[in-house]
Amino acid sequence: MSGNDDITHLEEELPLQELPLDAWHRAMGARMVGFAGYHMPIQYEGIMAEHTWTREHAGLFDVSHMGQLTFSGEGVDEALEILLPSDIKGLKPFRQRYSMLLDEEGGILDDLMVSRMGGNAFEGAAIYMVVNGATKYDDIGWMIEHLPDEVVMNHMDEQALLALQGPEAGEALAGLIPETADLLFMQSGLFTWRSVPLWISRSGYTGEDGFEISISAEDVTLLADALCELPQVKPIGLGARDSLRLEAGLPLYGHDLTPAVSAIGADLGFAIQKRRREEGGFIGHARVLKELADGPGSRRVGLKIEGRLPAREGAPIYAGAAKVGEVTSGGFAPTVGAPIAMGWVSLPHSALDTALEIEVRGKRIAASVASMPFVPHRYRRKA
Amino acid sequence: MSRYFTDEHEWIDVEGEIATVGITDYAQEQLGDIVFVELPAEGTTFEKGDDAAVVESVKAASDVYAPISGEVVETNGALEDEPALVNSDAEEDGWFFKLRVTDASELEGLMNDAAYKKFVASL
Repeated sequence: MSGNDDITHLEEELPLQELPLDAWHRAMGARMVGFAGYHMPIQYEGIMAEHTWTREHAGLFDVSHMGQLTFSGEGVDEALEILLPSDIKGLKPFRQRYSMLLDEEGGILDDLMVSRMGGNAFEGAAIYMVVNGATKYDDIGWMIEHLPDEVVMNHMDEQALLALQGPEAGEALAGLIPETADLLFMQSGLFTWRSVPLWISRSGYTGEDGFEISISAEDVTLLADALCELPQVKPIGLGARDSLRLEAGLPLYGHDLTPAVSAIGADLGFAIQKRRREEGGFIGHARVLKELADGPGSRRVGLKIEGRLPAREGAPIYAGAAKVGEVTSGGFAPTVGAPIAMGWVSLPHSALDTALEIEVRGKRIAASVASMPFVPHRYRRKA
Repeated sequence: MSRYFTDEHEWIDVEGEIATVGITDYAQEQLGDIVFVELPAEGTTFEKGDDAAVVESVKAASDVYAPISGEVVETNGALEDEPALVNSDAEEDGWFFKLRVTDASELEGLMNDAAYKKFVASL
């Protein structure tokens, strides 16, 4: 047998680094793989079981490979509005927003979360940002190039990041830190647990309610232990993280999003608020403006697949004899109970319910454009 | 009946001229949750080492090679409805296909149970 494990595609030539929780993962029985330059847990008891556990209870994910950055200094909002297409000036304290870095041609360099801090978290920094692990050093280089000297960017490489996700995440975290019960989706705050400061946002990448918790590397083992001692919580690996986010219709950078594709085509226009569309003033604006007016050349869509055979990244998509796109993420969806995929198809073939075919090992399988998410989001919003 | 193993983690039970082929318990454990098995058509002939089947786990697709040359005389239809049989019973009910062996001498280089156990322990 030979595996062609798509998780390991991002494996780098450099020696893999260890996350702060490396020993903890191994002690919990994780199978480790190389991902984004780190040894990371792909699974503990099994992807299917971990996926289902997260949808029904709460899963703990170590996402410490991601880049955590802070920004401060005079003119930080104006400077970030050149780099990001999102409304930063209008971002209120303790609020978080999904955004992107675009290049001059409007291609996507990374997708990210940006939040306005408050109080004295992270030495009073104004803005906190989380970027993807595999792209963080490129992102930092790009931003240094485009930020004025007055703005100070700090890469917090001694900071760990945990995600607690699932319908019981709220109840679980409130067991340790009761004040977190008041957070709503995309809100954040500074909390204290056993005198350790934690920056917590109510967000995540599984489609479930949950939190992302930034904590110093030296304290993270203690917190991971305390969370996994709760009856609702189990550790979850990268494998289930991928199937959960795919069911939630959330794009994965390096797969569904790349410098070759645009924000509007990717259906990420929601991250570009009205004022920014009208006023522009950010890198990549011309492409955004043009595609808002004329439509993108191709679009990121969900794909429902007939039968049981999964279509994976790289599989070509056809309308009759013509190749009209490519699968960028695909696999078996445990909660849906069937294979699903995400892909890019040319605009004329991207309407909901369009019948298409995907080629898998020389065979054509029937598929159709489906609305996303495949599994409804269950974020905790205002009642 | 004798059971042989390959270093590609397949097992082969040989009874007369018929060889039953599956993947080992170690292999299913490595693959994780299996969601689809693509089996060859009956009547297909394989040379040793040909791509014979594909196992799709939640995370990836993996090829299964023909461990010896032969003609496919039967495939395990139960895997169509229940691919997870490969996880729950890899070395019995989770078999993949049966071959009519064309060259029994190809079995000579393969491992027996003890040798395979040793091989797995060395990985």
